[in-house]
Amino acid sequence: MLVAVAVRVIPCLDVDAGRVVKGVNFESLRDAGDPVELAERYGRLGADELTFLDVTASSAGRDTMVEVVRRTAEQVFIPLTVGGGVRTLDDVDRLLRAGADKVGINTGAIARPEVIAEIADRFGSQVLVLSADVRRAAGGFEVTTHGGRTSAGLEATAWCVRAQELGAGEILLNSMDADGTKDGFDLELIEAVRREVTIPVIASGGAGRLEHFAPAVRAGADAVLAASVFHFGELTIGEVKRALAADGIPVRLT
Amino acid sequence: MTQVVVLDYGSGNVRSAVRALEHVGAQVTLTADPALVLAADGLLVPGVGNFHACMAGLTAVRAGLLIGRRLAGGRPVLGVCVGMQVLFDGSAEPSPQPLPGLGEWPGRVTRLTAPVVPHMGWSTVDAPPGSVLFDAVAGERFYFVHSYAAQTWELPPPDDTFAAVAPSVTWASHGGPFIAAVENGPLAATQFHPEKSGDAGLTLLENWIRSLRTS
Repeated sequence: MLVAVAVRVIPCLDVDAGRVVKGVNFESLRDAGDPVELAERYGRLGADELTFLDVTASSAGRDTMVEVVRRTAEQVFIPLTVGGGVRTLDDVDRLLRAGADKVGINTGAIARPEVIAEIADRFGSQVLVLSADVRRAAGGFEVTTHGGRTSAGLEATAWCVRAQELGAGEILLNSMDADGTKDGFDLELIEAVRREVTIPVIASGGAGRLEHFAPAVRAGADAVLAASVFHFGELTIGEVKRALAADGIPVRLT
Repeated sequence: MTQVVVLDYGSGNVRSAVRALEHVGAQVTLTADPALVLAADGLLVPGVGNFHACMAGLTAVRAGLLIGRRLAGGRPVLGVCVGMQVLFDGSAEPSPQPLPGLGEWPGRVTRLTAPVVPHMGWSTVDAPPGSVLFDAVAGERFYFVHSYAAQTWELPPPDDTFAAVAPSVTWASHGGPFIAAVENGPLAATQFHPEKSGDAGLTLLENWIRSLRTS
């Protein structure tokens, strides 16, 4: 029998000048700061996809990121998304050529929404993930910049709809309120965006315990992303998938 | 060593396909050089993005002629993702400059009708018994990312006129059934990305490479 597409479980690595920041607490890693080794490890542990978030400030550091992507794509045969600092068609082209499958765009799209259409026209919607950092505001949700500190002056669901219309293929929905709390995903945010868009939604921010993941999926997430709970070994990808499966949600068990 | 050409016509991330084929033991060249394309044991036709943009790139390297010549000589070709879609007559995907497909198989590629599109993620497939590509991995999930697909199989079944082998068609579902893979003599294709489908995808590519040595 054919069943629905599996809910994806995605670990996210923050990379600064070619090194993983915030550390990763795995045993038996040769180099816990090497994103390539970590990507390979997560691939073997059953990650359905990988996300690298480039937090490098300098442009020289960005060249390092391209090299990290290249080395990762050499040995990890699952989809790789790279975000952070993407503003132009050339940025996208460089990352795709290096071996990225999808590219996340955030502030660059807020500054100039037409870049979404330009990227989609040239490379296809499937490469383009709109990453939105969202916080609660009076009467709803608003898009932010600068790590959630500054309002971008955009209502979140309307921004996601606009991004879809312009050609985004997927939305990475980061709750800046839930991020770091480990109290669970912002389910109302997921529901609000799910109601308005027909492209896949990745829920991010707030994962702390196994029981947090199934509600995010019920709220409408097609994929769940987490960072520290995986990096510090608090939860494993396998445990998350088994918890989802026990709740009747289709996952890829490896 | 089995020689495979990955057809280079400007399609997105082809590096992963090259690396995955190398990983399962093929010697891989990324090129559109007609002599090399024709001589390879296997030809992989990649494709991401817009159907018509891919067709424009394929037309520029005369891919239709090269694929047709290979098939006439029984030499294997594997289309992947949009590289599979272009093997049909055409696509309903919008384009300012629409182009017909290569027409190796009848029928048109149409938009998926599921509540959430693109179909992005890992899905199960329903492979017929005896499939070479899905040997040992028929029960696995594969990674799909697409908004369009072939949703009907229109090639008439073989009759007594030709000693043709019936094609093996593998289905998947997203909103409704669509074709996930076809094995039709030397011409095979997958709508999913075997090079992004982890160990299951590598096994599928290994199965294809192994079939090249015996074909």
